[in-house]
Amino acid sequence: MSALVETIGLTRYFEIGRDQRVHAVEDVSLAVAPREIVGLVGESGSGKSTFGKTLLGLYRKTAGTVRYRGETLPDRYTPADFRRLSRKMQMIFQDPYSSLNPRMTVGEIIGEGLRLHTDLSKKEVNGRVSSWLDQVGLSGDHASRYPHEFSGGQRQRIGIARAMILEPEFVVCDEPVSALDVSVQAQVINLLAELKESLGLTLLFIAHDLSMVRHVSDRMAVMYLGSLVEVGAADEVYFEPKHPYTELLVGSNPEPDPEIERKRASATIQGEIPSPVNIPPGCRFAGRCPKVMDVCRGVTPELIPLRDDDRLVACHLYT
Amino acid sequence: MTAAPLLQVEDLHVEFSTHGGIVQAVRGVNFSVDSNCTLAIVGESGCGKSVSVQSIMGLIPIPPGRISAGSARLRGREILGSNLIDGRDVRGSEIGMIFQDPMTSLNPTMTIGAQIAEPLQVHRCYGAGRAREEAIRLLDSCRIPEARKRAGQYPFEFSGGMLQRAMIAMAISCKPALLIADEPTTALDVTIQSQILDLMLDLQRETGMAIILITHDLGVVARMADEVAVMYAGKIVEHGSVDDIFYRSAHPYTCGLRSAMPVNDRSRQAELKPIEGRPPDLFSPPPGCGYAPRCPHAMNLCEREHPPEFTSGVGHYSRCWLHHEMSRQRPRELHFRAAAGEGA
Ligand SMILES: Nc1ncnc2c1ncn2[C@@H]1O[C@H](COP(=O)(O)OP(=O)(O)OP(=O)(O)O)[C@@H](O)[C@H]1O
Ligand SMILES: Nc1ncnc2c1ncn2[C@@H]1O[C@H](COP(=O)(O)OP(=O)(O)OP(=O)(O)O)[C@@H](O)[C@H]1O
Ligand code: SF4
Ligand code: SF4
Ligand SMILES: [Mg+2]
Ligand SMILES: [Mg+2]
Repeated sequence: MSALVETIGLTRYFEIGRDQRVHAVEDVSLAVAPREIVGLVGESGSGKSTFGKTLLGLYRKTAGTVRYRGETLPDRYTPADFRRLSRKMQMIFQDPYSSLNPRMTVGEIIGEGLRLHTDLSKKEVNGRVSSWLDQVGLSGDHASRYPHEFSGGQRQRIGIARAMILEPEFVVCDEPVSALDVSVQAQVINLLAELKESLGLTLLFIAHDLSMVRHVSDRMAVMYLGSLVEVGAADEVYFEPKHPYTELLVGSNPEPDPEIERKRASATIQGEIPSPVNIPPGCRFAGRCPKVMDVCRGVTPELIPLRDDDRLVACHLYT
Repeated sequence: MTAAPLLQVEDLHVEFSTHGGIVQAVRGVNFSVDSNCTLAIVGESGCGKSVSVQSIMGLIPIPPGRISAGSARLRGREILGSNLIDGRDVRGSEIGMIFQDPMTSLNPTMTIGAQIAEPLQVHRCYGAGRAREEAIRLLDSCRIPEARKRAGQYPFEFSGGMLQRAMIAMAISCKPALLIADEPTTALDVTIQSQILDLMLDLQRETGMAIILITHDLGVVARMADEVAVMYAGKIVEHGSVDDIFYRSAHPYTCGLRSAMPVNDRSRQAELKPIEGRPPDLFSPPPGCGYAPRCPHAMNLCEREHPPEFTSGVGHYSRCWLHHEMSRQRPRELHFRAAAGEGA
């Protein structure tokens, strides 16, 4: 498989004081093939957004490499790098309320990327803005209105149009539907799926809704405390989880089916995700893992392929 | 003759006056709940779930709010508008409530332990020392590790999941007969959500309390509910047992919600079917069925006349004209789960 986007050992720490650093993303290697949708799941604070932003150069890398079509991207972007790369890689943000500038019209918000990164005339920009408003299911005369006049689902469509107008190849969707009602979530998901088909997009789909991620993604990556613990085909990971954490995560996911809920034993995970500050060596899940062994507390398990399976797991049960 | 239900709400109407006019937030809601039973109220944002329970608890601001009609009886005694029975406030003693955001009911300047002890001193006349010990026991029973140490800490020292547990501890401190939980786990991870839901079920098993659970997550409904009320545009459009709602849904909106969600069924790569459009504006609610503009089955009648309750089974009703005995359009396709070859 030749990847469109690939991270190798991507790491991002935040220094928050003397000898205090948040290990937000640690040594994450993930390859995304052209036209693939990879879902990234994990509890709050596991580092999903930080990974997405570091991958796109919105945060500086602490260590590791990002490759795009085989090209190693620079550690620090110059304005020219941003100009070039933001036409290829874009991000859709979680919060449809705070991610749109309230003082700009919808047309200005959507057209901003074109104004900054291309030499198109004002008229051409406006033309594309109204065509994109149309493509995301809004109307051309919405361009002169302000974000507060729109519902959550409509604002998320505006965010999608803003990212897509640059016709990127790769888009990081950070919880694009989490803030929306169920009925509206389906509208936005179907829109993303259509755009993916028509534009040949490649997506990293970040969410904590496992059912939605399984539905949307080809492959699924599970993150815990900054590291990947399992990667594989979305259905396989969901229905036959290998890593103890994935198993508990799937077991906690409520199914909209009372019979399934009555039948299954409660598989509640104990405790909470620990703080990613100054992490001790060993498996990061050891403190909550029901299958923990002595080796887990000393040796960090690597993400390795399982035999007979197109799957990567980081757990000593499989080493 | 059966005894009166623990809580019975009838014909509740609530409105708000705003700049834009009067919002008719709740438009004639009926439901009841009994001990040992969990009623889930589901529906999309703005349909009136929170306002319904807040008005029972006397928590809506008046003005701009106004309870324009209805009654809410706890064991047969009216509490709407006063919350007092024999001069005693039922809130915090007979009815406990928890919210999506724990900080709406916690005081950031007081220790967690002192806040849980307070209702015991107010409603149960406990002395300070005894109340403090009971607070620690409650935190422990809500599975807060190191409860004694935690009781001396402030809310900012707690994680979101821990705050939610602390709020549950406070809500159940006086052993309420009814716990009202308004989106208690919406802001939490599924793992922590699972812990909190298990805790609520365990507490119900121990004490027999009734639970009203507000949520928009049908997965949470399937796990928790005995009965379900589906709300839309200020009304309950379908009400039934959890199996009625999931396996014998009688209302197009309920079916719409279900087909808009992903189903974890390997054999079926079902497409998500969004409900197009938006709920109606409650400034001037439509005269007929509020769902008509979005409903794939809408008939001429639907826009003009509001559908009454049609019974589909014991304790199962829906407000939809398709169930009128003279309706030509049989709502067979509504049972899409059966149609999709369940069990085949
Ligand atoms: N700018 C920052 N400074 C310090 N710490 C940060 C910063 N941004 C994120 N972190 C920390 O890094 C860790 C990972 O955060 P991140 O937002 O990437 O998680 P996430 O998986 O996206 O969570 P969520 O599901 O809540 O969005 C968290 O512990 C967070 O507190
Ligand atoms: N204080 C208020 N002033 C004016 N309108 C209000 C007020 N409180 C609620 N409303 C309106 O009443 C309606 C019902 O609101 P409610 O909070 O009950 O919705 P909900 O079903 O709980 O939604 P959500 O899922 O978003 O919590 C909404 O249209 C809302 O705008
Ligand atoms: S390495 Fe050990 S502690 Fe970590 S998940 Fe595997 S068994 Fe559990
Ligand atoms: S009453 Fe008519 S519009 Fe309303 S849900 Fe039934 S069929 Fe649809
Ligand atoms: Mg995030
Ligand atoms: Mg609400």
